[in-house]
Amino acid sequence: MIELENIAYNYGGGELLSEVSLELSPGGFYFLTGPSGAGKTTLIKLCYGALVPTTGQLKMFGQDRRTMERDDIAQARRRIGVVHQDCQFLNHLSVSDNIALPLMVSNRDLLAEAVNLKELTNWVGLASRAQALPPELSGGERQRAALARALIMSPDVVLADEPTGNVDWEMSQRLLRLLVELNRMGKTIMIATHDLGLIRAAKSQVQARVLRISNRRVQLAGADL
Amino acid sequence: MNIDWTKVTEFFAGDTQADKVVPPTGYTAWLTLFSAGAMAFLAVFVLAFSFATGKLAEHWGADLSRSSTIKISAPQDQLDSQTAAVLKVLETTPGVAGARALTDDEQRALLEPWFGPDVPVDALPIPRLIEVIESSAGFDSDGLRLRLSAEAPGATLDDHTRWRQPLIKAANRLRFFGWMSLLLIAASVGAIITLAANAALVANKQVIDVLRLVGARDTYIVHAFVRRFTLRALTGGAVGMLLASFAILLLPTPQAEGGFLTDLGFVGAQWLWPLIVPLLAGCVAFVATRIAATRILRETP
Repeated sequence: MIELENIAYNYGGGELLSEVSLELSPGGFYFLTGPSGAGKTTLIKLCYGALVPTTGQLKMFGQDRRTMERDDIAQARRRIGVVHQDCQFLNHLSVSDNIALPLMVSNRDLLAEAVNLKELTNWVGLASRAQALPPELSGGERQRAALARALIMSPDVVLADEPTGNVDWEMSQRLLRLLVELNRMGKTIMIATHDLGLIRAAKSQVQARVLRISNRRVQLAGADL
Repeated sequence: MNIDWTKVTEFFAGDTQADKVVPPTGYTAWLTLFSAGAMAFLAVFVLAFSFATGKLAEHWGADLSRSSTIKISAPQDQLDSQTAAVLKVLETTPGVAGARALTDDEQRALLEPWFGPDVPVDALPIPRLIEVIESSAGFDSDGLRLRLSAEAPGATLDDHTRWRQPLIKAANRLRFFGWMSLLLIAASVGAIITLAANAALVANKQVIDVLRLVGARDTYIVHAFVRRFTLRALTGGAVGMLLASFAILLLPTPQAEGGFLTDLGFVGAQWLWPLIVPLLAGCVAFVATRIAATRILRETP
């Protein structure tokens, strides 16, 4: 689905990532860990085409990122749900409209998708907050709304960057259960986190591969995780 | 150029879903509305100024170029005979459309500003003045002077050449300044609305990033912003135009003795000209937003 082959990414005159090779397979569950500033967010952004690798090859659904037209990239992003740590909402739209945003930009009929939208909003536990504006939400509610928006197009891949960064332990477990449930539905999940407790909790529920960014390279983490 | 009216209709009808994604309020909305309105207000005034200068220049040029004066300075007992001789000469001069001697009242009116209302014209040795109106072909001044010296030795022709040329030159410069002002204000309208559109788009960069993140195509984003900003500029331009037109309506009506300032306004079909101003604002906003949005999108992977 998403393949990175011998990728390097330079930022601010230095090499942030080097010789990164990684393949996100269908139905896989991945954790990406490493210290702050190691390049976790950069790697997530490379995976959905928001950044262009300095060297190496990135393939999104079989297409080379370098040769993809902008419309092709937009099309590929509809198959990738992204949850950012800061969520990135349009603050003038309600939670419901923000969740439906990928449908709007794809010119899908919102009336036809209304049931799906309602079910998803219920599933993430935001039915009572659907008409609220994003600044009125708590940290956990924002993360769940961002997750719902990432899922509304029924994507093949979900990339989550520190999805539990701003929430308490109970809420992080709830979010994790949602992501595990999605993985059981066949979705590919990759979570960037420095929360080792979250990784340990996930490993008891799902077969997850843990990747660690260390010295600009991505390595498979040891059995201690 | 072929206009695709279906697309134009679609543009104004809009897409309710796409319309939602651009923040409807905030300082960027007011910035576009206010700058378009203020520039439209100024543009309408400059338009009126251009028409007024043009009218004034035309007035001066036309009046001065079509009239000449013959002054007869002769002893009182010869004044009437020389006047009659001059009028006879003028009747047979090609290029003269008409000629008449000014009456005593008219001569008194000319002297009144200097000597007061009770000038004893009859008692003073005042020369007789004959107003000559030229046809469009004009007459031969030198030839007429020769004939006048033969028929009426006291007659001198003043074709206003000495002071007509500088006035016509001044009038033409005034007309030029009027049109230059109009061009400058049109360019300023374009520049200010372009700056406002750019500033508003930069302020909405986060919106563009979010839209790209969720898979919006460039055409979708550009269309949403272009439509919203064009309608804002059109609205601001229309409000500015209406306010300026109303202000012009409140100016004093043109009067013969009022001069330039009371001529500031529109007459008849000229009132259609201000309608161009909001359309110009809309067109500028359309092009500027399109260019700015495309540029910002190119910087967004």
